[in-house]
Amino acid sequence: MNVRVYLWQRATAAVMTPLVVVHIAVIFYATRHGMSAIDILARTRGSIAWAAFYSVFVLAVSIHASIGVRNVLSEWTPLNERRVDACAVFFGLVLVVLGLRAVAAVVLW
Amino acid sequence: MTAGTNVAVNTELSVSLWRGAQDGRYETYRVPQRASQTVLDVVTFVQRHIDPTLSYRFACRVGVCGSCAMTVNGKPRWTCRTHVAKVAGRGKLEIGPLANLPVIKDLTTEMQPFFEKWQQAKGVFAPTKTRHDAVAQIEPDTPARKAADAAIECINCGVCYAACDTVRWNSDYLGPAALTRAWTLVNDERDGGNTARLQAIAGAGGCHACHSHQSCQELCPQALNPTATIAALKRRTATAYLKGEIKL
Repeated sequence: MNVRVYLWQRATAAVMTPLVVVHIAVIFYATRHGMSAIDILARTRGSIAWAAFYSVFVLAVSIHASIGVRNVLSEWTPLNERRVDACAVFFGLVLVVLGLRAVAAVVLW
Repeated sequence: MTAGTNVAVNTELSVSLWRGAQDGRYETYRVPQRASQTVLDVVTFVQRHIDPTLSYRFACRVGVCGSCAMTVNGKPRWTCRTHVAKVAGRGKLEIGPLANLPVIKDLTTEMQPFFEKWQQAKGVFAPTKTRHDAVAQIEPDTPARKAADAAIECINCGVCYAACDTVRWNSDYLGPAALTRAWTLVNDERDGGNTARLQAIAGAGGCHACHSHQSCQELCPQALNPTATIAALKRRTATAYLKGEIKL
């Protein structure tokens, strides 16, 4: 890991820290108030705030996790650097697509 | 009963020594137990009284030269200052060459990769003055000098390098000793090579590869803390990169 990748990983971790706290608080709130999926969707649909919140979350997670996977592959597999980078980028893109699809599902429809 | 007490009641030690090169094996010897016996004493006994073909490396015998490091019961240690009573559980010792380095023969490793990484980390002083200039006056209480002093007593024994998981996983990683050396020069106000040095340690095998497992600081015979110096280098190189002082 060079200094550029290191900074991206630390920066995304810093972004995620407050987002994770809010995310967990939301989970506790929803479960303790016995909210159904319909109740939750009623609050999230059309909400620009929740769309922005979870979109940033998804992007930060995708970058952070793909860098972590890159490190694991680099240190624990015989793959060369080019293939390791390709795997990490692919993994990050999968997370972006799946994550933003989930955000769209609770905000748009 | 402690391991030390247990050893004291034995009259002989069972000592397994690595014999051969990389594809060697352990062979077991019986060595008389002595009071205040060091691991180096044990190895020397085998070489002087049992098998003179045993190869190992030592020089000062007092913890200064850093040449006698070996793997003792699974952990890298300086053998001249490691008492048998502290490490020989049940009177048994297994002594091998340092890990993460090629084995030349028996307990002797090839140290060239270790010192080449010092070169790669720009661990060489880059003077800013000539012999015609006045001697630099260095205040001992400045933060930079204190930081350098805290890391400067490295004896190049290779214990931290052999203990490091990241070195084992990533052959390009410079390792704790080379980075600690770089840190002392980063904090040396007489040195003029910091841009090149920070550039050298900001790459793929540099300080950011460290996982902070802290095996280096746990086993360093000089009680240095390479983990802390590497963490400081991460901050210093990150700052330099953000300011545009170094490029990748």
